[in-house]
Amino acid sequence: MSDLATEREIDRSKMQVSDEIAIEISNMNKWFGAFHVLRDIDLTVYNGERIVIAGPSGSGKSTLIRCLNALEEHQQGRIVVDGTVLSNDLKNIDKIRSEVGMVFQHFNLFPHLTILENCTLAPIWVRKTPKREAEEIAMHFLEKVKIPEQADKYPGQLSGGQQQRVAIARSLCMKPRIMLFDEPTSALDPEMIKEVLDTMIELAEEGMTMLCVTHEMGFARQVANRVIFMDQGQIVEQNEPEEFFNNPRSERTKLFLSQILGH
Amino acid sequence: MSNLSFVRTEMLPEREPPLTEVGVIGWMRENLFSGWFNSILTVLSVLFIYYVLSGILPWLISPTWNAGSLRECREILVAVGSVGEHGASGACWGVIRERWIQLFFGFYPSQFYWRPIMAFVLLAVALAPVLFADKVPTRLLYFSAVYPFLFPWLLWGGSIWGPLGAAAGFVIGYFVYKSVEVRVNSLAGIIAGAVTALIWWLVLFSPITSWLANLIPLGLEGVRSRDFGGMMLSLTIGVVAIGMSLPLGIVLALGRKSDLLIVKSLCVGFIEFIRGVPLITLLFVASTLLNIFMPPGTNFDIILRVIIMATLFASAYMAEVIRGGLAALPKGQYEGADSLGLNYWQAQRLIIMPQALKISIPGIVSTFIGLFKDTTLVSIIGLLDPLGLSNAIRADSNWNGIVWELYGFIALMFFVFCFGMSRYSMYLERKLQTGH
Ligand SMILES: Nc1ncnc2c1ncn2[C@@H]1O[C@H](COP(=O)(O)OP(=O)(O)OP(=O)(O)O)[C@@H](O)[C@H]1O
Ligand SMILES: [Mg+2]
Repeated sequence: MSDLATEREIDRSKMQVSDEIAIEISNMNKWFGAFHVLRDIDLTVYNGERIVIAGPSGSGKSTLIRCLNALEEHQQGRIVVDGTVLSNDLKNIDKIRSEVGMVFQHFNLFPHLTILENCTLAPIWVRKTPKREAEEIAMHFLEKVKIPEQADKYPGQLSGGQQQRVAIARSLCMKPRIMLFDEPTSALDPEMIKEVLDTMIELAEEGMTMLCVTHEMGFARQVANRVIFMDQGQIVEQNEPEEFFNNPRSERTKLFLSQILGH
Repeated sequence: MSNLSFVRTEMLPEREPPLTEVGVIGWMRENLFSGWFNSILTVLSVLFIYYVLSGILPWLISPTWNAGSLRECREILVAVGSVGEHGASGACWGVIRERWIQLFFGFYPSQFYWRPIMAFVLLAVALAPVLFADKVPTRLLYFSAVYPFLFPWLLWGGSIWGPLGAAAGFVIGYFVYKSVEVRVNSLAGIIAGAVTALIWWLVLFSPITSWLANLIPLGLEGVRSRDFGGMMLSLTIGVVAIGMSLPLGIVLALGRKSDLLIVKSLCVGFIEFIRGVPLITLLFVASTLLNIFMPPGTNFDIILRVIIMATLFASAYMAEVIRGGLAALPKGQYEGADSLGLNYWQAQRLIIMPQALKISIPGIVSTFIGLFKDTTLVSIIGLLDPLGLSNAIRADSNWNGIVWELYGFIALMFFVFCFGMSRYSMYLERKLQTGH
């Protein structure tokens, strides 16, 4: 694992954390059957934050960010996303989902649609954007992730890294205010990891609020403003990346870091 | 030690492959004679095919086209010297010449043959934009939408106001749905639309249409269901049941996967019950028992009853085939759709169903083919489909004792349609291949 996500200097001029709240989670609990996956989660995310969530396998990282757009239902506590309370009300859920983009480990592109159709589908059907305009937006973001020439291909014809960049573009087409990433690079070969991380870094440079579950500690060091460490369904430690990596407080964090950084 | 370094100074031009690799010889070498075992198999197969054909072909090619009865056939065959160990040997095609029209149209009045012909030609036109969406102008879909009302009218005839009134129910329902949807919400809209449409069909439809029919008596002469027969009957039942079982099957499959307990149990119960009984019992219910439950005096068309039963039967199978397709979709597809904010119906229509149906194409087409062939069961409840007619023809003293020619011809008619469906499904699968 490389120590740095990118060699270049990161432009931090727009990476401003504001004091407006993007996501507020208070006292949230979730069970899978009898299994208590998430325990008393309290977390406030401000606009413009780049948060990396790390932790051992099975610690509930995916479950946590999937609760934020109601892919998983929480049983206790309160989640407010961008001013909308997450409840059973389907209207609220759809509203939140259209404001929050999500990128998955396995891309979850729609294989029966072309790249362009993947990107225009939600704007056309959810936002009711006219087709022509949706295509312009889609091409804009496909250019941004550097694959406009693939627009008419099908996902199955693209490499993993390209597919993941399409997935990012697809989310961006909905003009989300918050982006969630669930191990976006874990299913990729090393060369492809880099191209996806580059895309994510550019997104961060534009001031996007991001929550990333990732094992890319280089990305955490260079891009994140906060690292959260989870274990057994709880937030064990959180800190600025410098402090988190150089000066971990809890024993679990130390153990985890020594395993993942390999020294 | 010699020098290991090598530099090519001249690039080699492309050359033709040797003759043994291309053309007829190459093909035969690769496909028929690639090794001694394969060669023996090839020779044995050729011998077998020769043996079978040498038995069948002389029988098939038999100069009996103009014979008017089985006896005449035998005389012709004896006259040309085509005699085997059991007397005259050869097919008796006279029966097909004499009865093919009947095998196609049953007892449909012959002056109206143009109506079923037109109905099925227009069926091809209506299906074209559905089956070959990328080759046919989309505007033709409007005709496809109108066709379901045209089809029964052409076949059964009657006043033009019947199909128009039936279609009006949909239009009225749609406008009520639209106006309620903008004011309240889409669920209330659907309910209001469905209720008004039902009121229209059940209460207002018959007085209004009969009043209009008296006022402006436009229409085609009616043809009774019991005059329907032959391939036309099989096609009518098959086409309608196929057309309706697919949407019904989709609904049942979705219901079976639903989180709503009552919806789910109803769908499971329906599917399991229908799959658990033979089609023939359902057809008997349609032909006899149903009358017991109907209010006395109501006349519920027998073909309609059969179509309903065949549809229900096929839709239960269809639901299971489609459920298989749904189960094959990774969970990520649902999550991808959800995370973009698509609602349940949008996700189903745009993401889930296109893929699930594509996966299920072979199963769906098998169900279609099975359903189409099962229409021959209606002969048991007294409808004159080709098989029912064949019994009638065999009862004719002229053709008493004829078997192979008649059943062979009927089998051929069914084969043409089933083979067509099968080829179409292969075409569709190839077309929908998107490289994964
Ligand atoms: N749908 C589910 N039903 C039951 N248990 C589940 C379900 N999804 C996850 N779990 C369990 O919840 C726990 C947390 O899972 P989660 O996927 O959030 O972990 P994670 O931190 O993302 O792990 P990884 O790094 O392996 O992705 C695990 O023990 C997992 O087995
Ligand atoms: Mg995970």
